[in-house]
Amino acid sequence: MTEQPLEYDFPELKHLVSERALKGETVLLNMGPQHPSTHGVLRLLLELDGEVIVNCIPDVGFLHTGIEKNMEAKRWELAEVMTDRTDYLNNTGNNLAYCLAIEKLADLDVPPRAQAVRVILAELERISNHLVWLGTQALDLAAQSMFLYCFRERESILDIKELCSGQRMMTTFFRPGGLWRDIPAEFEIAVRRFLRMFPGRIKQYEALLTKNPIFTDRTKKIGRISADQAISLSLTGPVLRGSGVAYDVRKAQPYSGYEQYDFVIPTGTHGDVYDRYLVRIEEMRQSLRIIQQALDKLPLGPFRSNNRKYVPPPRAELGTSMEAVIHHFKLWTEGFKVPKGATYLPVESPKGELGYYLESNGGNQPYRIHMRTPSFLGIQALPVLAKGHLVADLVAIIGSVDIVLGDCDR
Amino acid sequence: MSYPPTLIAQPEQIVEISQALRDEYKFNLLCELTAVDYWPEEEPRFNMLYGYYSISENSRMAIRVPLNGDHPTIQTISGVYPGANWHEREVWDMFGIKFENHPDLRRVLMPYDWEGHPLRKDYPLGYEEPQFTFNYDEIDKRKHHGRYEEA
Repeated sequence: MTEQPLEYDFPELKHLVSERALKGETVLLNMGPQHPSTHGVLRLLLELDGEVIVNCIPDVGFLHTGIEKNMEAKRWELAEVMTDRTDYLNNTGNNLAYCLAIEKLADLDVPPRAQAVRVILAELERISNHLVWLGTQALDLAAQSMFLYCFRERESILDIKELCSGQRMMTTFFRPGGLWRDIPAEFEIAVRRFLRMFPGRIKQYEALLTKNPIFTDRTKKIGRISADQAISLSLTGPVLRGSGVAYDVRKAQPYSGYEQYDFVIPTGTHGDVYDRYLVRIEEMRQSLRIIQQALDKLPLGPFRSNNRKYVPPPRAELGTSMEAVIHHFKLWTEGFKVPKGATYLPVESPKGELGYYLESNGGNQPYRIHMRTPSFLGIQALPVLAKGHLVADLVAIIGSVDIVLGDCDR
Repeated sequence: MSYPPTLIAQPEQIVEISQALRDEYKFNLLCELTAVDYWPEEEPRFNMLYGYYSISENSRMAIRVPLNGDHPTIQTISGVYPGANWHEREVWDMFGIKFENHPDLRRVLMPYDWEGHPLRKDYPLGYEEPQFTFNYDEIDKRKHHGRYEEA
């Protein structure tokens, strides 16, 4: 039998694997793009020595839909619906960042009631995101019942979102200058019911996982990253906080009235998968505290700005005021114009710092939008986190970074 | 840029500036790296944007670098901030700005054999023609099947 040269179907990645792999001493294994534990359409080319990962090469872009290019061709208010679709587990967070950036560019005021409702919904969204993360992370480590419990609780958050906006996921409830409409009367009751129910549920999750030897064996000392390394790789959010750096945009540069609320930033010490788990569990508790405070002093008043150049007039005014009809017509035919300028606005999404870079040339369409998304940088850090671990641990590491591929590829 | 405070720099200074910002002024987190295309209105066609954040001082700043020409190059800062690696790949992918000395300058979001740089203003917002059995070959001829562009 003549010796045949090995054929590889990845010419574009060939220069990244080691010499040993090309000689056939280490195994090249393709993980994904269709694999349940990669949390989306993520392809990882693994170079394995036995079962130990020598090298991990992430390949992204399978969900790239050109959202940034698309938004440049839409009017400001129409482009907002696309922000929901980037990180589909954090819709209101994306809306919030986009609206805040427009409000900063246009110097638009937001009434206190809208700000408080925004905070409540954004924190509910954080809990909902962490529930999906917790459920899938535990599922990846073979604790299947967690997944069912977490999705049961997430359902009540989705119900609250449906109550407000009529949509369960892609709400687009926040608009530049405030909210789409006022919250219904049942909102407060529903949120309070959730606040009463949820602390007990967190205790149940912790009882199932925190001291569970199967869980701790598979998460402690796995995927460790030091604080300096995490900062140099631009990691933010629970990954950075798990390494002991208390950086949270809500505290550092408060937006939407976060400075009024009393909460702490949980941090870890070891920077491993287990510490990120603890950080996220504690973050859910802190989110509950913020919601409680915001709900207790929920101000009355208008739910959106009175600036008619950006915000449509109430329906009732259209019958009596000619000016309102003109504003309504202008807003829905040509949209509003944002003054020339550029801004970078970061918010704390559940996954880390989510920044919107917006540039306007004075027209009714955005000139340039760039989203600095935490998942993109999280996947970039995977090779560092995964090196030297087993393939089975890689699944835990991917889960602990909490990635959404829609957020990464945009 | 109205926020954060922005300085304008020349392309050859960017590595030095980044080094100084990180080591002397404690801007240790690179929070944003992107580009803007001003074609056809303005003459320095591209602007590179760098956003820095200092965790200890809690302050942000940005650097804007105008780049001339249709195929500009600039030094990579991934040696200073390793987190810039994928951001620069994205800028290369979307705008065709080359980064000298970059360790691994490949496309990141578009397919590796794609031609053109989609976020340039002269790149049309097009669509992909649906291929059916009766017109598969006809449309296939018009598609990009070139070898991938050497960075």
